[in-house]
Amino acid sequence: METMMALQWVLDGTLVLALLWLAWRALSSPDLFTAIILFIAFGLMMALAWVRLQAPDIALAEAAIGAGLTGALLLAALARSNDLADRINDDQTTGTGKK
Amino acid sequence: MNSVARSRFSLLFRLMLLLLLLTLAGGLAYAVLSLPDQTVGLSDRVAANMETSGVSNPVTAVLLNFRAYDTLLEMAVLLVALLGVWSLGSAAVHRRVDPEPVLLFLVGVLVPMMILMAGYLLWVGAAAPGGAFQAGSVLAAAGILLLLSGKHFPVRLPGWPLRLVLVLGLGAFVAVGVTLVFANGMLLQYPPGLAGGLILFIEAAATLSIGVTLAALFLGGRPDPEA
Repeated sequence: METMMALQWVLDGTLVLALLWLAWRALSSPDLFTAIILFIAFGLMMALAWVRLQAPDIALAEAAIGAGLTGALLLAALARSNDLADRINDDQTTGTGKK
Repeated sequence: MNSVARSRFSLLFRLMLLLLLLTLAGGLAYAVLSLPDQTVGLSDRVAANMETSGVSNPVTAVLLNFRAYDTLLEMAVLLVALLGVWSLGSAAVHRRVDPEPVLLFLVGVLVPMMILMAGYLLWVGAAAPGGAFQAGSVLAAAGILLLLSGKHFPVRLPGWPLRLVLVLGLGAFVAVGVTLVFANGMLLQYPPGLAGGLILFIEAAATLSIGVTLAALFLGGRPDPEA
């Protein structure tokens, strides 16, 4: 029983530290792609945290929507903004952009 | 703007931000610390009324029965969000990519499994964690995989069949609500005998709508029938 309690403290402590670290890295990362991947990892850890808080319903939603779909949406948005930046650069270098 | 002015502006900006964040943190801390010690939650009242809810999972009972009104509005918010994205313009034509064989193989294996999984989550929501939102997002993930693979997706889908599926969830919800207003005068007040069936009906329609809505959000614009 004692060891079980200690193990749970270690698990919860690791989760909290990992969440704070991932959140900080996601916010401070200069590379947007890295930031998105870190955000997805954050979402998955958050789902584990919800499980530890005995809220499996929220854990399911967090894993599916918070980590999965939001991550996919962010990656799609990043790809689109890169496309747009490429197009603007092309226009400027070749001088064919609309004035 | 020269660099000195810029760094000064940046410093001022950071100080302002710090001040705002500290105010927010202070406010949140005050709100948490001033919570009463003995809170009377609503879980007792939920537990007392579980008999009439038609399901045995308290979370589903709250979301689809006791507070079904909130879920109805959530469905409307989701639909409005998609309308907002569609109003921005048509979806960029997807670059013609040749999907890797690994992706194609995984799509073939995963998509049927995910559809099965969505069905399971929808069904199990009545008795255990699960439900329309979780099932819908799994369905949406399957849709995104199909979009990424670019091959299996029926291009002719846009048009009225897509729009019909998008409004199906909200439509079913409103239809049940309005029918109940005429039947017993109360919006979304299910008769206890029918509650289970009505909840499953609404959730099934909502799952389809949520799945397609989220996948359509991934597309990032209004899909054109001509594209």
